Amino acid sequence: MDYNLSHLRALEAESIEIIREVAAEFSSPVMLYSIGKDSSVMAHLAKKAFYPGRVPFPLMHIDSKWKFSEMIAFRDRFARENDWELIVEYNRTAYEQGVGPFTHGSKVHTELMKTRALLDALKRYGFDAAFGGARRDEEKSRAKERIFSFRNTQQQWEPKSQRPELWNIYNTRIRKGESIRVFPLSNWTEIDIWQYIRHENIPVVPLYFAAERSVVDIDGNLILVDDMRMPKHLRERAERRKVRFRTLGCYPLTGAIESNADTIEGIVEEMILATRSERTTRVIDFDREASMEQKKREGYF
Amino acid sequence: MIEDFLAQDERKDMLRLLTAGSVDDGKSTLIGRLLFDSKQVYEDQLQALSQESRRGSCGGTDYALLCDGLKAEREQGITIDVAYRYFATAQRKFIIADTPGHEQYTRNMVTGGSTADLAIVLVDARQGITTQTRRHSHIIDMLGIEHIVLAINKMDSIGYSAEQFNSIAKQYTAWATEQGFSFASLKIVPISALCGDNVVNRSQSMPWYNGPTLLEILESTPICSSGVSAPFRMPVQYVIRPNQDFRGFAGRIASGTIRVGDKITVLPSGKSSQVAQIITGTIRSTYAFAPQSVTIVLDDQIDISRGDMIVRSEQHRPAMGQKISAIVVWMDEEPMDREKLYYLKQGTLTVRATVRAIPYLLDINTGNKLECNTLSLNQIAAVEILCSSPLVCDSYSDNKGTGAFIIIDPLTNFTSAAGIITGAEAESTTDGNSVINISLSRHGIAIQNMELLNSFCKIVESRTGVTINCTE
Repeated sequence: MDYNLSHLRALEAESIEIIREVAAEFSSPVMLYSIGKDSSVMAHLAKKAFYPGRVPFPLMHIDSKWKFSEMIAFRDRFARENDWELIVEYNRTAYEQGVGPFTHGSKVHTELMKTRALLDALKRYGFDAAFGGARRDEEKSRAKERIFSFRNTQQQWEPKSQRPELWNIYNTRIRKGESIRVFPLSNWTEIDIWQYIRHENIPVVPLYFAAERSVVDIDGNLILVDDMRMPKHLRERAERRKVRFRTLGCYPLTGAIESNADTIEGIVEEMILATRSERTTRVIDFDREASMEQKKREGYF
Repeated sequence: MIEDFLAQDERKDMLRLLTAGSVDDGKSTLIGRLLFDSKQVYEDQLQALSQESRRGSCGGTDYALLCDGLKAEREQGITIDVAYRYFATAQRKFIIADTPGHEQYTRNMVTGGSTADLAIVLVDARQGITTQTRRHSHIIDMLGIEHIVLAINKMDSIGYSAEQFNSIAKQYTAWATEQGFSFASLKIVPISALCGDNVVNRSQSMPWYNGPTLLEILESTPICSSGVSAPFRMPVQYVIRPNQDFRGFAGRIASGTIRVGDKITVLPSGKSSQVAQIITGTIRSTYAFAPQSVTIVLDDQIDISRGDMIVRSEQHRPAMGQKISAIVVWMDEEPMDREKLYYLKQGTLTVRATVRAIPYLLDINTGNKLECNTLSLNQIAAVEILCSSPLVCDSYSDNKGTGAFIIIDPLTNFTSAAGIITGAEAESTTDGNSVINISLSRHGIAIQNMELLNSFCKIVESRTGVTINCTE
């Protein structure tokens, strides 16, 4: 009998343990679903964790109203085919005021349509634990975040006073109004995610794969023309290029890369040869004038 | 070609390691070097680095800033917490727990070390073995990390002297033997993280050293197999019950192996049954082993819930008892309160617990045992703990999975201590010291729970002989 566990199976075992622990210890957990590849893997692991039973918590998508339309189509099909209870929430007030990246800049948009919308939704439903698909290899500050990451009643993270996290014994105790963000994919790397998707045949949004698409080059970032809300002067510069996305988010804030990789194997191959990290294709600053004004008011020049 | 890579990558195993040492020892530089030389660093990260980096005597870039995490640590110029780094070679995937080395960060080292298979202890060649080296070694031994690598760093600054290296190596080996450490392996390697000597690439400056480079050691160290050879233990984490016909007990196997048909016993109840099905993910397996997450279906309908432990009937049984002897590392700014009714979490079981006695405080720098009455941040001591209901456990040295626990403050919910079990006893003795005073306000218990608490205390009293006084 073979008693060796490959790294993917070891990661899977750890993630399933984390997901079950939350279901056992919290009264009202939710899994945040961003429609991206990491979310797809996380949801897949949740189904495994409770098989043949049903996953005992819902998925929640915070819709910024600026996601790629293919993402929304994928989301709805995914929830239907997998019999998931799906909650979709957005910031109604800001939406009605027409907040968006082209008009308000990425900072205001992110703050209102993503952060605020999430905090409001968590509070409204009274969720005491929220799964997120973040990985520690994504970003420097995430390298230090715990798997069970405590949030105070204001839902804030205090990096300097995090609870020590030892062995696989997770401290799940909180008081009323406090919550825990749980990151079951903490120890996965980008390549692990793709390997697992390939191995388990997990469906992902087609935008990850290279295809001819209409994009506009905005300061070196290739932005997809996803709908008519993109200002006309930008849309007019659109050209057909073979591109794909390494990460998915709001379409005006997510740059594509030119690529021929239309299979997972192709993506992994590009990744091995990649010289730029995942995050560099994310978030473009459309509010440069605004920040310049800010600087001026603060005494700049 | 890419298919070959993916096939090979899929077969890789995973080594978790801990790096111990302070900024002065060049720890961040070493990790940066491992990431850089194994090509885990991206162009944009390098660009950010190029302007800020210090340069060393050999003109190399200092990769320490690659490990920089939070803003606060950047301002202070020190690592303040545990950070996890990931890299892979053709052989293996690695998870590095990067922890600071100063004494006030003992808790972080214990945190990072709790999941490690191997520890690298960095020594500054100019300083030799220091108090810090000894402290790190004691903690590594205590945590049961099997493999230790002593990396004598900054060899470039002592002219790559073989003589000085040998003298440090000899001194350490003699000391470690004297301490009676039980490492499965001890390797000593001369390196310069700044110049890249013997980290990934073999040094041109130390032809006298014929041993493996640091990375070669990391790639060839066997990954802890003791988890599989130990008796089977599975703390029940969750009961899966989609309908009347299916009742599965889900959990992560803490140790050992199990097959369909094996006779099992559930503890603490002692009820027995046989394994009917093992489910891993969505497939049925004929066997499973640590550290897999599985779901077990039994032949009989017996009452099992979260917090119980499934063991194999014919194997050596774990200990059961309310009186626990343990070594704890205090992790809370708030000192230990001997009167406090803490939470203790071991496996999937959470109980209430009080510290009844502190036989000795361990001077982690020397290994000496001292007297003490309470514990404060970063102190390590032997303790006697009384639990509200029996733990099913093994001693940590026999079984890491069932011999570890954490202590949680009931008021702040902070993780106050990490504990490793050295023994458990079932019978309780009323020795006159067994009085627990509970103040509701002090323990953050609402007054309206007084009645509930009193009935709970009666149960504890009847089972343990301990007297409990509840006051507002």
